Amino acid sequence: MSSSAPAWMGRPGPAVRAAKAIALTVVVILVLFPLWTVLATSLAGPQEVISNGGWVVWPRLLSFDAYADILEGGIITRALVVSGGVTLVGTALSLVCTIALAYTLSRPDVYGGKPMLLLVLFTFLFPPGMVPLFLVVHSAGLVDNYAALILPFLINVFNLVVMRGFFQSIPKELIEAARMDGAGELTVLRKVVLPLSKAVIAVIGLFYAVAYWNRFFEAIIYFNDQTMWPIGTVLRQYVTGGASLSEASGELAATSPQSVQMAVVILATLPIVVVYPFLQRYFAKGVLTGALKA
Amino acid sequence: MIMTRARATPDAGTGGSVGTPDAPRPPNRVRERFRASRVLWLLALPGLAYFLFFHYGALFGNVLAFMNYVPFLGISGSEWVGLAHFERMLTDPEFWNAVTNTLVIALLQLVFFFPAPLALALLLHSIVGDTVRKFVQSVVYLPHFLSWVIVLALFQQMLGGAGVVNGWLSDLGASPLAIIGNPDVYGPLVVAQLIWKECGWATIIFLAALSQVDEQQYEAAAIDGASWGRRLWHVTLPAIRPVIVLLLVLRLGEFLSIGFEQFFLQRQSVGPETGEVLETFVYFTGFAGGDFGYAAAVGLFKGVIGIVLIYTANKVAHRLGEQGVYKS
Repeated sequence: MSSSAPAWMGRPGPAVRAAKAIALTVVVILVLFPLWTVLATSLAGPQEVISNGGWVVWPRLLSFDAYADILEGGIITRALVVSGGVTLVGTALSLVCTIALAYTLSRPDVYGGKPMLLLVLFTFLFPPGMVPLFLVVHSAGLVDNYAALILPFLINVFNLVVMRGFFQSIPKELIEAARMDGAGELTVLRKVVLPLSKAVIAVIGLFYAVAYWNRFFEAIIYFNDQTMWPIGTVLRQYVTGGASLSEASGELAATSPQSVQMAVVILATLPIVVVYPFLQRYFAKGVLTGALKA
Repeated sequence: MIMTRARATPDAGTGGSVGTPDAPRPPNRVRERFRASRVLWLLALPGLAYFLFFHYGALFGNVLAFMNYVPFLGISGSEWVGLAHFERMLTDPEFWNAVTNTLVIALLQLVFFFPAPLALALLLHSIVGDTVRKFVQSVVYLPHFLSWVIVLALFQQMLGGAGVVNGWLSDLGASPLAIIGNPDVYGPLVVAQLIWKECGWATIIFLAALSQVDEQQYEAAAIDGASWGRRLWHVTLPAIRPVIVLLLVLRLGEFLSIGFEQFFLQRQSVGPETGEVLETFVYFTGFAGGDFGYAAAVGLFKGVIGIVLIYTANKVAHRLGEQGVYKS
């Protein structure tokens, strides 16, 4: 991509260019402004939030009381720890299993490789229904077990197919040369394939991590014990479900309920926003080549 | 090779039924070939066990649709009812209400969500400066990674009764708008939410297609004096038409898959008459109502229609000369 425009792309004329600039600005504002007001409200002092009717666009004085309140321990702190743990363990397990299966499926002459592939791809057609999946999870004894948030979602077929496509795009000569030198399959995977696949692993890892971090519904049906809830489920209960957070966590007199709610939203969003820029540069490289082939 | 064998097995979990595709008939050949790919099989094992247990196991779990399942009695103790649940569906007004709502929302999504990423992709593609384009792309991809809970909290904050927009309106002396929780605008609202969350991310595939367009055609068109708009109409759109058609066909194949969490979270706020879709119907009948058999029947009904739609869509896509989803 060159920095200067090719001549034929031309200049569309000032009116069109102005319209484009306005359209882009509107799009960017539509995405960022809601996030901004949530952040601003979470940082504003209680009087300001209340006098303004529940939200603030530009806080006059910053106050971190809302964050201090919810991070003091109690339900939100615990939920963040749960979500963090599930995300770390789940992402690691998912990546290991996805890489292992994708590698086998990417190798040309595995005995029984074709039926194996069909067995996996066939699941594209019927995503497990909510009730039958519940039955399986229940019969596996995973109710009230954090594994219920991980094992039923261990491998995503789309991620698997992308990963396999990427492995297949690695030049065969590299793998065959290593095999000739006497390297076993595991050594080939570790020394040849994985180092070349950092981009796709980073992107698929992000997909898994985000999915685990955002998962909330399963905790409602699989956990009887609300103290096991991850952040998404708690957020639903106290922010979009309308229950009062201040009632749940005792007195929060120093802060307005709106600030506390918005601080919870920010804390649930933060890990994603922090990780996102680091992985963003891989998107074009890793996902696209894989996804288009799939 | 033998040393590494043990390392691949630990998290195989519950499965293991696939282990050995034993081979009595031509013993030497098959056993040899299997031995050659033994390590690869071990690598695949945890993943295969996952698919067998959770996907094929859940497929088996659909027997619930033909039973009056009582969790306390289990599958063996519950009573078989044949097709009774499916007969009940035919005359259940609440079920048909959920079908209607699902179809209406699916149609709104198709008409208003489907073209949005294409328009945004054309806009993004036409940005000449690399820095600006990368910045805008980073911004519009972001909402895809936020959960529906967060997205709905943001919409509540912006458009809710005490939200930012209504605050501005009251500052201007205008009367407030009832948007969140108003059944009359529920359809447009959920599509707007979907556009906010997914439109940017969905541009990726269109942008990839746009970057493949033959630059010489633009040049030729420009030399012939074609205006910016005419180049778009006569060069760009025809060039990416296969991608548009393919995505449209695939979308039709998933017509009923309008999503679950978004509707689960908002059903209460507008009430079941407007807010009930097929999947929330399954949840509220089964998990909240305890009628697991009937809920499983509705889920199975939707699943079977889904298979038919996806299968047809793939056939059509192949006929159009494109690769389908499950062609490897």
